Amino acid sequence: MERDNHQEGEAQGVKICDPPSESNPAADTLATSLSLLGNHMFPDSVERNERLGVNREVPADSLLSDVTAEESSLDAETPSNQIMKPETECQDNVSTQPAADRGTEDSAIDNDQSNSEEFVVTMLAKAKLEEQGLGVKGRSSPLLEAGNQESPAFMSHRDEDVTADSWRAHRKHVFVLSEAGKPIYSRYGSEEALSSTMGVMMALVSFVQSGDNIIRSVYSEEHTVVFLQKGPLVLVCVSSSRQSEQQLRAELLYVYYQIISMLTQASISRIFEHKKNYDLRRLLAGSEKILDGLLNMVDSDPSFLLAAVHCLPLASSLRDSLSQILQKAITPNLVFSILIAKNQLLTIVQEKTVIEDTRLEPTDIHLLLNLIGASSAFQAGEIWTPICLPLFNPDCYFYAYISYLDPPECTVCLLLLSTDKEAFYAVADCKRKIEEAMVAQNSLSLIAKAQSYSVSQVGVSDLRHFMYKPFDVPDNYRQLTQFTSPEMEAPYSSEEEKMRLLDLYRYMHSRIHSTSRPLKLIYHVAERETLLAWVTSKFELYTCFSPLVTKACAITAITKLLRWIKKEEDRLFIRYPPKYSTTPNPSKSSRGGKSDQQDSTDNGFLSLL
Amino acid sequence: MGESLPRVPRGSQHPSNTLSRPVQTLRVKMVLLGSSGVGKSSLALRFGKDQFKSSSPTVGCAYLTQVVHLNDVTLRFEIWDTAGQEKYHSVTPLYYRGAHAALLVYDISKKETFIRAQVWLKELERHYVPGSTVIWLVGNKGDLTEDRQVSAQEAQSLANEKGLSFTETSALSGDQVTELLQALAHRVYECIGAQQGGLSEWREPSLVTLHHKDTSNPLASCCKVGP
Repeated sequence: MERDNHQEGEAQGVKICDPPSESNPAADTLATSLSLLGNHMFPDSVERNERLGVNREVPADSLLSDVTAEESSLDAETPSNQIMKPETECQDNVSTQPAADRGTEDSAIDNDQSNSEEFVVTMLAKAKLEEQGLGVKGRSSPLLEAGNQESPAFMSHRDEDVTADSWRAHRKHVFVLSEAGKPIYSRYGSEEALSSTMGVMMALVSFVQSGDNIIRSVYSEEHTVVFLQKGPLVLVCVSSSRQSEQQLRAELLYVYYQIISMLTQASISRIFEHKKNYDLRRLLAGSEKILDGLLNMVDSDPSFLLAAVHCLPLASSLRDSLSQILQKAITPNLVFSILIAKNQLLTIVQEKTVIEDTRLEPTDIHLLLNLIGASSAFQAGEIWTPICLPLFNPDCYFYAYISYLDPPECTVCLLLLSTDKEAFYAVADCKRKIEEAMVAQNSLSLIAKAQSYSVSQVGVSDLRHFMYKPFDVPDNYRQLTQFTSPEMEAPYSSEEEKMRLLDLYRYMHSRIHSTSRPLKLIYHVAERETLLAWVTSKFELYTCFSPLVTKACAITAITKLLRWIKKEEDRLFIRYPPKYSTTPNPSKSSRGGKSDQQDSTDNGFLSLL
Repeated sequence: MGESLPRVPRGSQHPSNTLSRPVQTLRVKMVLLGSSGVGKSSLALRFGKDQFKSSSPTVGCAYLTQVVHLNDVTLRFEIWDTAGQEKYHSVTPLYYRGAHAALLVYDISKKETFIRAQVWLKELERHYVPGSTVIWLVGNKGDLTEDRQVSAQEAQSLANEKGLSFTETSALSGDQVTELLQALAHRVYECIGAQQGGLSEWREPSLVTLHHKDTSNPLASCCKVGP
């Protein structure tokens, strides 16, 4: 009886966010789906056995049927045991199929022997990687379990001994090389010392390429090696984290974009067209810290996993008034005005006529935030630098004006992006206007009070942490993809525990976004907590509960959580990114009091979120 | 910037605290050039705040200002601290174009940075009008005497040959840094400030808005900002 009540309550809760137009209501109804799930999922032994079976069959063509089937409410119809059946790891390997997985390499290879080319590649990969100390030495690594050896951020790893065990033990290596096999970047150790390793990587890439194929990944017992080719650059990740290939590839893409943001795609292709064996390190000299910083952020900040921006919770009236301050400080060719506090977004204002239909992508904002975070030089004065926003336009530079508004604390940062490289003085003038307006409105001290929130504010006792990402509403308003998440509090206060929770989230994310068998809902009982991930057409939600939570409690909790988010969304998100026009109209703009137009006329959008 | 700034009647700017004396403030555009890691940003930080902290490589270009008082004039140095990294070289001309002073910085413990400074000199010579820019050769990291690879004589003779001034500094210890800025200020004022139109006068910009607050006259400015 009680349970029924819960279900009803949930169904209502769902409807708030899920209008009846939802194409697949059954799958989205949390209660229905959950009731079909078993409680104890993912026992490791079962998982391994099943993996073995799956790998042997590896029907590359049967993938198609998998893909078609995935749309139909998979999780609602499949019995619990099948939901947890792991996806084949090889479906991504369009060309190669080195299904070497968890001590099953040999059998996998035996089965694949009919395809001699794949066999060769697998063997080559194994042999070379082991020779270079990249692969497995048959020892079990504690790193597999958790990221407890995650290296401290912003330490220089350039001088590391690349033959040492400690170098091999790093959880995630990232290498960037040119098509000629020249080293460009290595996360740990110097590129010179790794040139032969990178040569082998390039040999692998070109070997597969010569067969009109593309190498995508190599699996060994403890490591996943993922390749990404972008133009003349080859990016390689060697990871002992349990992240999915897709996730690792997405991270490599961030590295690529960060390089593009400094050099532009056009100039990189031009350079390598001109000179195949150019040493790109010449141009990236001094930027290693930016790439190091990016990789540390990728590991520790879920924004990258979710491809969404985390903005600082702020009373909407304050956010609006800040936006209006930015809106009024304009100059020709100023395209974006961005205000950042404590490395989180406060507001973005964009020029109206130049970019009516586009917006900044979360990736571009992540790159900008990383650039600001990775360079202490910004605190010295005002910065004027060319910067490319790869997703906005990979071939062109913006000119970024960066200045902190609250020296010497340097927590509130203003970023103004212009298309005119000569516009420094004009843009610096805008900063002065913004500064004055903020002084007049006492904005800085108000911003200083803003902070991330505690999960206890939601008022659900078993809920420990969550990440909520609402989706864009197409055809209505091109909203910046954002997510909200409370502080990680006890028991996730230590770095190790934070990483462990993030790893759990990454695991949930990989299941939800699996290419072969995407799920809409996972209820995962882990050793020390219980997680529930749920994706609908309106949002993506990851929750973490105390281990003893019951399914019924989790359902109630999520209902409450969704209501709470709904109630707080004006504070948690940038709801209405304001635009402005470059043609100032003094009679209008100078009169605008505080927040007038936006607060009230916002309701249509509000109901759609 | 001068053009885009709303003009204010002369009399209104004098109440400013820094300008209690009727002393002219002239703008001096100064650029720091040199290889990556020679200490340009550290020098700039010494100029501005007399501090030292090891910094990350500069991204693009950092802009700082520093006021130097001479006997009969105040010079407001607008310091462009450029990034030494090669990837920014295509944009560096932006910063040294029209500069009144250029510091060519090298690291006395790294020969190649001295050679690089000479390349920068050639680059500058292609762009500047003789007499319009004061070029100063600066051997930084003077504290690293054990590792010295560029002798003071060698640098001095280059300076003599090219008609540059030369100083060895240490941004780490602060040695010779303030002296350098003072000497530079005198030289710039002597060489350029005396010329007609050599240095433009600087006007306190914040007074513009203070002024507007009273009158709130939209006609006074094309880009009025409501507080």
